[in-house]
Amino acid sequence: MRLLHNKLTMRLAILALTVIAPFALPAFQVELTFLWIMIVFALSWDVMGGQAGYNSFGNIAFFGIGVYTAAVTQIGLFNDVGAYTAAAGGASLNVTQAQYFIGLVAGLAAAPIVAIIAALLLGAALLGLRGHYFAIATLGLGIALGELAAGWAWIGGSSGLQVLVYPGTLASQRLLFYFLSAGLGLATFFILHRLYATRFGLVLNAIRDDEDKAEALGLRTTRYKIAGWCIAAGIVGLCGGLMAHIIGFIDPREVAFAGATFGVWMVLMAILGGKGTIWGPVIGAAIFHVTRELFWTYLYAWQNVALGVLIIVVVVFFPTGLLGWVRQRWPRLFAVTTAGEPSA
Amino acid sequence: MSALLEVSDVSKRYGGIIANSHVSLIVPHGAIIGLIGPNGSGKTTLFNSIAGTHPIDGGSIRFDGREISKLRVPEIARLGLLRTYQQTRVFRQMSCLANMLVSESSKESSLAAMVERPNPEQRARGEELLEFVGLSSKRDLPAGSLSFGQQKLLEFAMALMGAPRLLLLDEPTAGINPTLINGLVDRLRRAREALGITLLVIEHNMRVMMNLAEHIYCMARGEILAEGKPAEIQNDPRVIAAYLGTSE
Amino acid sequence: MDNISILIQAPPLALQLLIDGLLIGSVFALAAYGMALVWGVMNIINICQGQFVLIGGYVALTVARQGLPPLLGVPVAAAALFILGWLCYRAVIFRIVERDLFVSLLATFGIAIVLGQLMNNIFSANLETLDAHLGNWFLFNGLVSISQIKVVASAVTLVIAAALVLFMRRSRLGQAIRATAQNPRAARILGIDTDRIYAMTYALNAAICGASGALIAMIWVIQPFGGLIFTVRSFMIVILAGIGNLPGVILAALGLGVAEQFVGFIAGAQLQIAFIFSALVVILAFRSWRLNRQRRYLA
Repeated sequence: MRLLHNKLTMRLAILALTVIAPFALPAFQVELTFLWIMIVFALSWDVMGGQAGYNSFGNIAFFGIGVYTAAVTQIGLFNDVGAYTAAAGGASLNVTQAQYFIGLVAGLAAAPIVAIIAALLLGAALLGLRGHYFAIATLGLGIALGELAAGWAWIGGSSGLQVLVYPGTLASQRLLFYFLSAGLGLATFFILHRLYATRFGLVLNAIRDDEDKAEALGLRTTRYKIAGWCIAAGIVGLCGGLMAHIIGFIDPREVAFAGATFGVWMVLMAILGGKGTIWGPVIGAAIFHVTRELFWTYLYAWQNVALGVLIIVVVVFFPTGLLGWVRQRWPRLFAVTTAGEPSA
Repeated sequence: MSALLEVSDVSKRYGGIIANSHVSLIVPHGAIIGLIGPNGSGKTTLFNSIAGTHPIDGGSIRFDGREISKLRVPEIARLGLLRTYQQTRVFRQMSCLANMLVSESSKESSLAAMVERPNPEQRARGEELLEFVGLSSKRDLPAGSLSFGQQKLLEFAMALMGAPRLLLLDEPTAGINPTLINGLVDRLRRAREALGITLLVIEHNMRVMMNLAEHIYCMARGEILAEGKPAEIQNDPRVIAAYLGTSE
Repeated sequence: MDNISILIQAPPLALQLLIDGLLIGSVFALAAYGMALVWGVMNIINICQGQFVLIGGYVALTVARQGLPPLLGVPVAAAALFILGWLCYRAVIFRIVERDLFVSLLATFGIAIVLGQLMNNIFSANLETLDAHLGNWFLFNGLVSISQIKVVASAVTLVIAAALVLFMRRSRLGQAIRATAQNPRAARILGIDTDRIYAMTYALNAAICGASGALIAMIWVIQPFGGLIFTVRSFMIVILAGIGNLPGVILAALGLGVAEQFVGFIAGAQLQIAFIFSALVVILAFRSWRLNRQRRYLA
């Protein structure tokens, strides 16, 4: 598409929109923050799901690990976590501004690291599985960890964990986390965009299309699968770290390891937009986010039913997603002729 | 000089079925060796054994002096032994050029190599090989959109891209338009001359086999039935009987 | 873990858990068999299996609340779920039958979410159980109680299982189903309406789940969002036993039931749930590792 030929203009436009949006639409700051979070969800899932063909239902596990790691690290740096959770909200902590922000940064740094360590451990068991066996094995990951978290008193157990209170105005908190989320979203997009143009992207796609053939060519498929899995885990783990602060209170089953909600939605978003592409998950996340808000507003009690129906409709009728549908309907927008020149 | 590939006394069974029984063959450096036999004689199983797709039940397989029967498929491929498939396997959602580029990726082993962009030399080589098999106009099309014969050519080009020392070709002319077969045979020979690739070829097309191979092994019922020069094999009564059945 | 020492000091307690595990496990076998049926015939892994079980439980609950004898809930639930299964097939499943498995995973997951939410809206999110008003038998001076309803449930399960086996072997529909499972194209050529067979199979599976759920409501608890666990239990049993291995399914189901009871006692309810999902990962990883050594993989 000719519009995209001027990459610099487009990039600057996106950057400008991103920066202006929270000020132009102050009432929607939280919504916009969530939009970026959803984009990160979808993009990170797509690394293994769309690009490598390893459809995981369990990435939420890494998200939840990130959520708890960030919160616990921030608390634990200067206070006793156990005492805090045992008091269950009865005691509030005296934390200086400096301590808060040091803890914030440390927590956000630790979140992806712990998530990646978990990914390495789980990957050793899971990445030898293929196709639907892999998908089903990952199905329970989120729920299992959610139950374990609910049973671990040190991090708050079933009662949950209260994240440290932001030392500042609500407005500045919202702006801070909007920009952090937007930053993560933009960074994820650009890093993955560049990554997919390298050998990494080629090998992941080869694994997706025919893993045996990829092996027969001598490709080190195991290494690439582990790398992709860790990248996906790290990104979604960092996302979890942010979410801990955005939501402020961590419930092990509803917030951290929300397998039946966010866990499934990240799969749906990528498929909705078109899995295996760089824009597909972004578009899917945007559409899904808006749709979900509409369902919440107009269908409150039935919103999850509607979302379930949406999953069915997308998967059955639009398995290639919106991008795939557009490509079929208007092939000239994407089509490449045999001469190797893009048409239109 | 020892042979590039030495298969000695290899056996493979699946449950009760003996697919390969004490098979031995030699592929000298730079040769084009043929493998023929009726359907079900165990040719593809032998290829699978050599390429490492399954473990063998007995015997030894030496590639350039090195025992490979205990190695896994990717390791064997990285030693320079590549194969093509009877049903033709390519990466269907990737473009032809991408298929070529990914075929080149095997030798590097550093982490940094994982995130390298394909460099201009690799692209040029990929395009050159696509040209060699007559597919350069298709280079940006997804491989799945090609016809079966074109996919076979692509698969062959991908194998060449991997710069193998030994290439196992499983029925390279099956499904190809007869008018194009001569061209393919020609390219096979040129690959051997220009790139120094040794070939072990399974073929059902006798005309192709007789023209191409220097030495032929005939298999039947899991065993090597006969071997020799094309002319000898053509006239060997056992070979004829295996294909046509004895007259009864 | 002092719970383990309690078990060692009081063997009757261990016996109690064992008996409960066997009885509850036997009911799991039904749902597992149904899942294997749909998987084998239609190549669909039915994620909403657990949801069907739960709905069976809720139907039985409703029946009992009308004042009818609780055991009547079993055939009523079976019938109701048969219809629901048939409707699901006609609405959604028929479109995904011969497509790739991942599509069926997600689509049936979607159905599970829809059904779960519906259950939540119609009934509440509370745990429910159905009291069948049967007593207990006691052994060892009252240390071990065998609840009669659990025994009845196991017996009913056996009857249903036997009926199913007979049906699949002897009846024409059963044979048609088996033929379709082996080779749909050949079945079609022979004049079997495979679409109808698929509908029947799916509906039959739903009915099996319904009956199973009615029994579970009587011997355990149900809640609207517990579907996925049942699905995973069924899947694990099928993986352990293999499709088409009915004795294996029963053994695996019993084993799982017992294991769960012990883990639940020793480590608590949350770990019991975590155990199930972790066990799935372990079983699959182990299977895959074993195949890997022969350079094969689970397919």
